[in-house]
Parts: sequence; C-alpha cells; structure tokens
Amino acid sequence: MEYFVILIGAVFVNNIVLSQFLGICPFLGVSNKISTSVGMSGAVMFVMTIATTVTYLLHQYVLVPFELDYLRTITFILVIAALVQMVEIILKKVSPPLYQALGVFLPLITTNCAVLGVAILALGMEDSTLLKAVFFAFSSAIGFGLALIVFASIREFLELADIPEGMKGVPINLLVAGLLSLAFLGFAGLV
Amino acid sequence: MAKPIDQKQNFLKGLIKENPVFVMLLGMCPTLGVTSSAFNGLGMGVATLFVLLMSNIVVSLIKSQIPNKVRIPAFIVIIASFVTVVEMVLEAYIPFLYEQLGIFIPLIVVNCLILGRAEAFASKNDLASSVVDAVGMGLGFVIALTVLGATREILGNGSLFEFRFVSEEANTLILFILPPGAFIALAYLAILFNRLTQKVA
Repeated sequence: MEYFVILIGAVFVNNIVLSQFLGICPFLGVSNKISTSVGMSGAVMFVMTIATTVTYLLHQYVLVPFELDYLRTITFILVIAALVQMVEIILKKVSPPLYQALGVFLPLITTNCAVLGVAILALGMEDSTLLKAVFFAFSSAIGFGLALIVFASIREFLELADIPEGMKGVPINLLVAGLLSLAFLGFAGLV
Repeated sequence: MAKPIDQKQNFLKGLIKENPVFVMLLGMCPTLGVTSSAFNGLGMGVATLFVLLMSNIVVSLIKSQIPNKVRIPAFIVIIASFVTVVEMVLEAYIPFLYEQLGIFIPLIVVNCLILGRAEAFASKNDLASSVVDAVGMGLGFVIALTVLGATREILGNGSLFEFRFVSEEANTLILFILPPGAFIALAYLAILFNRLTQKVA
C-alpha cells in the first residue's frame, strides 16, 4: 500500500515535470516526435533508478558517517556523470540493440536536472529506506516519461495546426505545457 | 586573439539578443520552479549570477591547464564548488530564502546556462571578456526571473515584493502562483519579448 501511494504520488500528484519543474530542458527539447520522446524516457528511467541507488548508498554509508554532508552536491553530480558514461560503455558491449535505442540520449542526461533532483529528493523522504528511495526514483521516471510522451503527441498535432505568427515555437509549447500542468493539478490532494 | 571583442556588445547581448531565458531557453527549471514571487526570482537570479561569474573567472584563468578531454567534468567540479558555497552562505545568512528555493539551490549545478557559458565563452576568451560576458548573461537571467516572478506575484497574489495593494480577501488569479501559471505567464512574456525586440531590430 505504501508503495502504491509513492507510485501514484510521483506519477500524477507531484509529477516531476509538470508540478516540480525538474527536467524541463529535455521536456521542451526532445518532445517534437513521439519516437524520440519514448527513447529519452527509457534512458531517463534507466539512469534515474541506478543513479538514485548509488547516491543513496553513498550518502548513507560514506557522507553521513564521515560528516561530509556538505559535499553532497559535488559528489552526486560526479557520480551521475560517471554513471552515465559507464552505462553507455556497458550498454554498447552488452546490449547493442538497447544502445541503438537509447545511446544518443545518454550524454544529454548528465545535465538533466531531474536525475540530480530526484537523487536529492529521495534523501528527504519520510523514514526512507533504500528500497523506497529506488522505488520513488523509478516512479518519478515513469511520471517523466508519461508527461514527455503525452506532450510529444500533442506537439505532433500542433505541427499541422494554424498558429498565430507571434506564438509559433516556444510560446505555444509553453502554453500547451501549462494546460497539461493544469490537467495534472486536478490530481492534487489524491494522496 | 583574432580581433578585440567589443565589450559593450559583449555585455548587451546577454540582456537582449541572447537573453538566456526568453531567447536561448537555458535554465528553464529554476526559471519556472522558483518564480512564484518577485523576491524568490530575484534571489535565485542573484545566486545564479554569482556562480556564473565565479565559474567564468576560474575557467578563464585555468583554461590552458585543463586537458581538452576532461574539460566538461572539470567545469562541473568548479561549478559545483561555487554552488556549495552559495548553499552554505544562504543557509547561514538568509535561511528564509534557503527554505523557499529548496532543491533548486543544489540544482544550480545543472543549470545549462552556466556550463554553456563556461564551454562556449570562458574556455575560449580572456579574463576581462569572460567577466563582462558573465555579468551580462547573469543580469539577463536576473531580470527575466524577477520580471516573471513579479508578474506571477501581481496576478496571483495581488502584491509585489510582499507589498500588498489589494485586500487579503480580494479574489486574485491564484492560478498564476500554481505550477500551470508558470508555464502560461512565461509563454506570454516570451511573446511580448519577441514583439519588443523585433521592433528594436
């Protein structure tokens, strides 16, 4: 039950993109086609879950015992950057088809603030355990994927729409994101 | 260097032609996330300006020492160090702002604006130009965040910098301080900004 609440909370109520504003750059950047947004979501899901596992353990067993908590930001970003590199190398070797699908998105993920954001948020959960933190990261990644894919499908339709000159490009995308966010606001208070 | 950089142009490009928020769409997460009031927007802007300025200075000074292959991790470590400084200073001296900005303070590290300027400008130019570039870009960011914060605070709360000009009971457009309002307000500000700059050019 507890895990179900975490899942619903992270996917709908506190969606990381639409209500916490994490990962806006890829959200606006790679959402022009459904296929690329599916690839990006997969890569984020992969990296976010692994990164949170590693940073959580690192925080719990290295930073806290040695009172190095103030180094959190530096260590986390380095761990994420190194991890992304490693995932890229391992995928290339172990699973070429998966690498084909996710490869181009991996380097972009280091600067995806959602990964660092979720790693930090996972530390602040109520009576958090490793399993809960990892499940939270996984749920957040589903929320990211959901928002990204829905947004991309709307944008594919917008290609054909007749939009006023001044609103083409960035403004119309932001407006659509605003309306999506409004829809997700309806989930507030669910958990 | 091929030709000297016109410092005035270098400064002004950050404010208008290459405004990080309205034109380049860099650093969108803090832009949308913390601008529920003008004060928060200003605070976030100034914190980012500081990190940007310091990282541009350091990167510009040691650019010849950094091997080309590891330059991105090196830049990230430099930026993360200054972000840690900002985090500790805010927590010690302005705890109210520290609470308000929350997770977005450590996330200054992944603000693409800062890494972008380190990579695209400071690693190729001398100290003076890098400082001017950082101040111009940083001020462009501060102004954009403050304007967006002010717009949302006026519409959503009927106040500006905590100064109320409608009564507590008045019906304000609460939508604008909620998450959707951030997207919508920025969309209209971007339209307005495009319109104004097209007239100038």
